[in-house]
Amino acid sequence: MKEKSYQTNHRKIAAALSIIPGLGQLYNKQYLKGIAFLILTGAFFGVFSDLLNMGLWGLFTLGEQTPRDHSIFLMVEGILAVIVLLFGIGFYLFNLNDAYKVGLKRDMGERLSTVKEQYHNLIDNGFPYLIMSPGFLLLIFVVVFPIIFVVLLAFTNYDLYHSPPAKLVDWVGLKNFFDLFQLQSWRETFFSVLSWTIIWTFVATTFQVSLGMFLAILVNQKDVKGKAIIRTVFILPWAVPAFVSILVFAGMFNESFGAINRDILGFFGIDPVPWMTEAMYTKIALIGIQTWLGFPFIFAMTTGVLQSIPEELYEAATVDGATNFQKFKNITLPLVLFATAPILITQYTFNFNNFNIIYLFNGGGPAVSGANAGGTDILISWIYSLTMTSAQYSKAAAITMLLSLIVIGVALWQFKRTKSFQEEDMM
Amino acid sequence: MGIKRQKYIRLTLTYLVILAMFAIIIYPLLWIVGSSFNPGQSLSGSSIIPKNATLAHYQELFDTSRSNYLYWYWNSLKVSVLTMVFTVILVSLTAYSFSRYRFIGRKNSLMTFLILQMIPNFAALIAIFILALLTGLLDTHLGLILVYVGGAIPMNTWLMKGYLDTIPKELDESAKMDGAGHLRIFFQIVMPLATPIIAVVALFAFIAPFGDFILARILLRTEEKYTLAVGLYDMVAKQFGAEFTTFAAGAVLIAVPIAILFLSFQKYFVSGLTAGGTKG
Repeated sequence: MKEKSYQTNHRKIAAALSIIPGLGQLYNKQYLKGIAFLILTGAFFGVFSDLLNMGLWGLFTLGEQTPRDHSIFLMVEGILAVIVLLFGIGFYLFNLNDAYKVGLKRDMGERLSTVKEQYHNLIDNGFPYLIMSPGFLLLIFVVVFPIIFVVLLAFTNYDLYHSPPAKLVDWVGLKNFFDLFQLQSWRETFFSVLSWTIIWTFVATTFQVSLGMFLAILVNQKDVKGKAIIRTVFILPWAVPAFVSILVFAGMFNESFGAINRDILGFFGIDPVPWMTEAMYTKIALIGIQTWLGFPFIFAMTTGVLQSIPEELYEAATVDGATNFQKFKNITLPLVLFATAPILITQYTFNFNNFNIIYLFNGGGPAVSGANAGGTDILISWIYSLTMTSAQYSKAAAITMLLSLIVIGVALWQFKRTKSFQEEDMM
Repeated sequence: MGIKRQKYIRLTLTYLVILAMFAIIIYPLLWIVGSSFNPGQSLSGSSIIPKNATLAHYQELFDTSRSNYLYWYWNSLKVSVLTMVFTVILVSLTAYSFSRYRFIGRKNSLMTFLILQMIPNFAALIAIFILALLTGLLDTHLGLILVYVGGAIPMNTWLMKGYLDTIPKELDESAKMDGAGHLRIFFQIVMPLATPIIAVVALFAFIAPFGDFILARILLRTEEKYTLAVGLYDMVAKQFGAEFTTFAAGAVLIAVPIAILFLSFQKYFVSGLTAGGTKG
């Protein structure tokens, strides 16, 4: 009902004129802004009309004839076109909104801000956007863009036999996902890789976490001497870059000259073990190595927590007649677990995607006959070999999507419980 | 008597465990150091304390006509340092605006960052490869650095935003009263107070590209442009065993300086991870 009290109708006229950006601003007598908007709009279409036209067409058809059309390039252009279009739409909505608001001010008889004030306004409100934009643009091109690309790829038939420029790639809907679950060879491989990924994640992470905590508590005992040296040595595996250690271990476990078979097992009179050629032994070796690599981090964290537990708690417990074990169970363990819980979960997600150790140790091998994944491939290393060696791009993309869904699901569940998510300014 | 005996057993067991761990930790490290001094290219007949130790493998690595090792070392340092510099600049700016300004789209952007940091950026490796191919950034260090920096933004922004939130806003408000501009507040008030978290972000941004294998493997094609991780892997994978002692020397030359650097900065790592809390 407030609407009726205005004598004039500037806001509606301005908004309507703004269907061509700039005209509304000109109508509002903001000449500089209006001209700037008009020029921006013109420039937008001038620069991007080809891209928009080609890109959107390409995105829908993925090309119609070879060798003129390269499906993958068309898809990239298409995504670019969509991103550009989204920016354009954002600007357009801002323009409509701006014309309407300024019109409203005129309707209410308020003084309009001068060019100088507008400039200050722009600097004040625009400052966060301005300083964020470099990082944001980079993020869009190297992180968001690839993700969109992979999502789209999962719905195509891009592989060795449908490879541009000789052949066109087509949209195939959910076929890749159905194949993964319905074609026997894919299904068996997928589930064997998935189950090993899960076992690997749980066993390796649990080992490294428990060893790290156990050693931290052990060293933290009051009457242990030489704590500084012990702690430094226990941190060493973390200090050496992981890729170096993994390659060194690959040498140590080597069946012909490695130290494990020749020096250690030989010393005890045990026959050489086929570490690299039998999946079972490779798995055992991998879990052992990851424990070696991963426990120092947990050790350092736990040591930090232990040192912050006030001594009075233990003294009070002693007065009450608690045994050492009771003190450990009721004071130490809960405090340590509580303080390290969020980081423990990230350890699991880290190992879930721990490409380096699987690939550098034995290339995901040993090879399994009849399967296109090696005996110790986890999802991420399988994706790598599907992409880089067997050119199964669309299948790899579909698996990447499934993997990301798992990771996001777990991580969201975790973040729901952490403090940064419950901050009031996020709500 | 009973208590004393119990304590004796407990301490003995403790030291036994610690000694066993010492052996497990130090043995591989000693083994690789020993291998690097072994004469000959293969390890057959070698021992952990070589009889006629030689520096030949180190000399070979430092001779650029026989090995690309020095190039790799330089590339790794270059890529890591540049990634670190760009990451710190971009992350400071984004984290600062998230922490200090309330603008349209802020909440959604924060959510997006949260989700993006969960997906490792190499998951989209096909796309990164094709994109690099199309833009001509394949086989360049620039392309690699851009991917590293972009991938480091979401997680580190959250880490730094969490820290900046703890710096009282009254400080910048009073500076504003005194007439300080946006940039002045950023550079002279907030950033000096945020040095600890900047150090943490810088360390992360340095270590991550240094240890990365997969992205460098996909993007770098010529041997002179390899980083250490790719180069060493190549050395080992090409003819395993045949060049192992040279590889060992290369591994020692990486492990020693990095380990020293790491041990001296170690306390920052731990405090940074616990303080950040969101990701780690």
